[in-house]
Amino acid sequence: MSLVEEHDFGTPAVKSAVTVSLTIDGSAVSVPAGTSIMRAAAEMGTSVPKLCATDSVKAFGSCRLCLVEIEGRAGTPASCTTPVAEGMVVRTQTERLKRLRKGVMELYISDHPLDCLTCGANGDCELQDMAGAVGLREVRYGYEGESHTKLEKDQSNPYFDYDPSKCIVCSRCVRACEETQGTFALTIEGRGFDSRVSPGAHEDFLSSECVSCGACVQACPTATLIEKSVVEIGQPEHSVVTTCAYCGVGCSFKAEMRGDELVRMVPWKDGKANRGHSCVKGRFAWGYATHKDRILKPMIRARITDPWTEVTWDEAFAHVAAEFRRIQGQYGKDAIGGITSSRCTNEETYLVQKLIRAGFGNNNVDTCARVCHSPTGYGLKTAFGTSAGTQDFDSVEETDVVIVIGANPTDGHPVFASRLKKRLRQGARLIVIDPRRTDMVKSPHIQADYHLPLRPGTNVAVVTALAHVIVTEGLVNEKFVREFCDWSEFEDWAAFVADPRHAPEAVEKISGVPAAAIRGAARLFATGGNGAIYYGLGVTEHSQGTTTVMAIANLALATGNLGRPGVGVNPLRGQNNVQGSCDMGSFPHEFPGYRHVSDDATRETFEKLWGVPLSNEPGLRIPNMFDAALDGSFRGLYVQGEDIVQSDPDTHHVTSGLSAMECVVVHDLFLNETANYAHVFLPGSTFLEKDGTFTNAERRINRVRRVMAPKNGLADWEVTQRLAQSLGLAMNYTHPREIMAEIAATTPSFAGVTYERLDELGSVQWPCNEAAPTGTPIMHIGGFARGKGKFVITEYVPTDEKTGPRFPLLLTTGRILSQYNVGAQTRRTANTAWHPEDLLEIHPHDAENRGLKDGDWVRVQSRAGETTLRAHVTDRVAPGVVYTTFHHPETQANVITTDYSDWATNCPEYKVTAVQIAPSNGPSEWQEHYRDHAALSRRIKAAE
Amino acid sequence: MAAKQSVNSANTNPVPRLAEIIAAHGHVAGPTLPTLHAIQAEFGHIPAEAIQMIADAENRSRAEIHGVVSFYHDYRETPAGRHVVKVCRAEACQAMGGEAVAAHVAERLGLGFGETAADGGVTLENVYCLGLCATAPAAQIDERPCGRLTPERADRLLAGLIR
Repeated sequence: MSLVEEHDFGTPAVKSAVTVSLTIDGSAVSVPAGTSIMRAAAEMGTSVPKLCATDSVKAFGSCRLCLVEIEGRAGTPASCTTPVAEGMVVRTQTERLKRLRKGVMELYISDHPLDCLTCGANGDCELQDMAGAVGLREVRYGYEGESHTKLEKDQSNPYFDYDPSKCIVCSRCVRACEETQGTFALTIEGRGFDSRVSPGAHEDFLSSECVSCGACVQACPTATLIEKSVVEIGQPEHSVVTTCAYCGVGCSFKAEMRGDELVRMVPWKDGKANRGHSCVKGRFAWGYATHKDRILKPMIRARITDPWTEVTWDEAFAHVAAEFRRIQGQYGKDAIGGITSSRCTNEETYLVQKLIRAGFGNNNVDTCARVCHSPTGYGLKTAFGTSAGTQDFDSVEETDVVIVIGANPTDGHPVFASRLKKRLRQGARLIVIDPRRTDMVKSPHIQADYHLPLRPGTNVAVVTALAHVIVTEGLVNEKFVREFCDWSEFEDWAAFVADPRHAPEAVEKISGVPAAAIRGAARLFATGGNGAIYYGLGVTEHSQGTTTVMAIANLALATGNLGRPGVGVNPLRGQNNVQGSCDMGSFPHEFPGYRHVSDDATRETFEKLWGVPLSNEPGLRIPNMFDAALDGSFRGLYVQGEDIVQSDPDTHHVTSGLSAMECVVVHDLFLNETANYAHVFLPGSTFLEKDGTFTNAERRINRVRRVMAPKNGLADWEVTQRLAQSLGLAMNYTHPREIMAEIAATTPSFAGVTYERLDELGSVQWPCNEAAPTGTPIMHIGGFARGKGKFVITEYVPTDEKTGPRFPLLLTTGRILSQYNVGAQTRRTANTAWHPEDLLEIHPHDAENRGLKDGDWVRVQSRAGETTLRAHVTDRVAPGVVYTTFHHPETQANVITTDYSDWATNCPEYKVTAVQIAPSNGPSEWQEHYRDHAALSRRIKAAE
Repeated sequence: MAAKQSVNSANTNPVPRLAEIIAAHGHVAGPTLPTLHAIQAEFGHIPAEAIQMIADAENRSRAEIHGVVSFYHDYRETPAGRHVVKVCRAEACQAMGGEAVAAHVAERLGLGFGETAADGGVTLENVYCLGLCATAPAAQIDERPCGRLTPERADRLLAGLIR
């Protein structure tokens, strides 16, 4: 194996219908008009020496190394900044150019340390390469004069070093931060000889505005910005393209290896979701994979207060099989179930649901998507006929006006946020609907045209009010509606939204959003060109989550913003494989491909293949499993890769449900919070240790490739398979590709998916079948999957969770850039440097009323429970609203959240909890009780 | 530019007045340089607090504002002395014996270039061309340009600055 090489064309590709022909070094070449000479040369295989140019950022023309001669033109222009012209005759290598380049290199090297042999970038340094390319043999200036070679390193960032002594001030890092990431955290300070790269204003990297995305490190041609892991380990010797296991963006990375040791993760330029970009999590926060907390041996115990006993895999599987069969014998077939993971691969998820449906003999399978995007599945299937987003991420490059509702992409989906921000800097308009002033509302070079800071829980009212304006002001795209929707259905809907109770002026009273802002936003969206809606869990995690999804779909239908690039309804998926886990039949009522369990034909397909009869009754959803456990009818659970104790709402209910069960099997990397209530622990494998696929938010099926052997001995799909075998189910796959073949054979939308096709195309967006052999980047072109687009009446029904004198504030929850979900992974990385604990954001007015200062310990109390954490006083939240994250088990934000949920899908109402905040001087009773139980429960008996 | 004596002593909070100045320039196209000029005119330097405030007002990053402030030598990040002496070190002045004058001025003031006297009396700075090449060697003391400098003439000019 060798390193996956990526060619650097020097300047970005240009899209143009016009082709220009020219001659470079005697060879003819044709490129799109506007292409640089440098890129034209690179495309015909000729490398022009360069330092400040790289094809991820615009040409800059500062290094003076890429000079060329052009017939009929005076001087030696820079090939990176000079566009091609018809008939141009270019020479890239002449005596004069050699002399000039050597002279330039001599100047660079006269102010550069000559420690190449001991330098971390040795073997991966463009400065070194260029010295070779121009034939530098001496530096006539000597090294005695004033230089930068004694400058101190900035090692504050946990993942990379900044060594200004090695900097050639090419500005690639500054430009990458601006153009690729869009954070503008870097500048060149000073001028002339004093010019140096500077994060922030006299700040080190860690305390600056830097978000540690790694774009600067990626762009640096020298060792100035370099990963600490490369400095420590050395240069990688081979690499494998794989997919990040964090959020639903699904970035492609090269895992750069030395033997079976991971040296670094480098974003892959050909990755179609990320286009060569990354965020701090995928790029750097992979240290959890080898963290000492990982449990590598199976363990069992009789009671959840006993210490764990390590056992062999065989013993563990036999134990689980015996327990599950005992429980079924005693309490009935339906007394056990399982939960699939949106962090595991499609193949693994498919196997878990197969184990449950065919092995357990019931449909008690649910997934963590229950608590995030289940309303998306239901809502979009109802409106368009497909439980998925309509676009690819590239679509954002053609959008003109964007609505971001209930999503915080700069924190939750950072790589997509960078792509969106790039489009916004090009002039696209932006409407943000969110109770908080997120960075999309305002951050360097980004300013929303409208921010509708609605009261949590009023999404339906506000989105319907937008529709009211569009309908009553004659802004409906009637041509689109007549062609692609049912006109009489539309008329009913139009009459509904036109009712004065949906007018912005009426909704202002409910939502707190000024009517003028709603009207302005609606007009902008309806008339601003290609309109795209991006949304997240701020939409779904409500008692009316599904209704809001449908209201969003109505908005897109009424304005004709579907079925082409630049538009669409785009759910931003939380975890890496939320889309995939839903596609793979993780819900209790649906087989893979969203086909209802009562559908005889589908059931027959699987019965024939699996050789067992299958139940036509939908099984239990996650919250119902806990209810059933408490009433005694549900006794055994297999949980793969989800920490329900920390992530599911109303922790008390979850833990009492689990405590009532007789055999809880947790299959995970770590002894997570759920494992504190488990009887069997099956160690899991990381995404680096297995083959498979993840499906991201744009329905893109990306390959996950094994780069090291599972440290626990078995990949997760093998664990499920062995468990199934112990239960007597014939499951004998030798590789995940065989599981994908079964998925393709049984699921129409995946019919054309094979590992060969994925390897060939890089990735595929489903539906991928005979009609769309290379996949479907954009859905519903020329008509909807369900036939006609469906308008749904979206009556606003306030949540039952209401503020009152005892609980006067509304708590909403979310996440932060450096941490991920329950934090099981990111808390075990240096990302804690940015977010060591959960904080409660509270408006200065509300803080003052309670005598609270920034940093004070506070008690958050709701009808469900209470917890304590530190306050952060900020006007990011409106008065009356408080906000926190749920990354840390010490906080247990979900002790406070209630068991209210979406009417259609039971997706919990995480985003609205009435609370009271008061000063505190210590942890709550629950926190203390839980801490004690966790300490007791995590003991592992010493091996005999 | 002379270091106008600051009306705000180092002990008072500069934020309210900075906010007023920044707001007053909100309507200007390309407000960064005029805002910085106005702040320096009032405070004698650019207080550190101003960087984030300007960044917020202009929707830019701290790094960008810092890049501008540090690019122009005339924007100061710390207050200058009551008097500022700038001695030209550029080529024409060097050719006319300016380096000897510069060394003499530094010795006379007891300061290195870029330094401010401990009592806050005088700041000594380099300048690279005042446009007074015809009367080189040249310097500028506060707002006053001075030409045809010799060590003696420099002494006379500096006498008023040194107590």
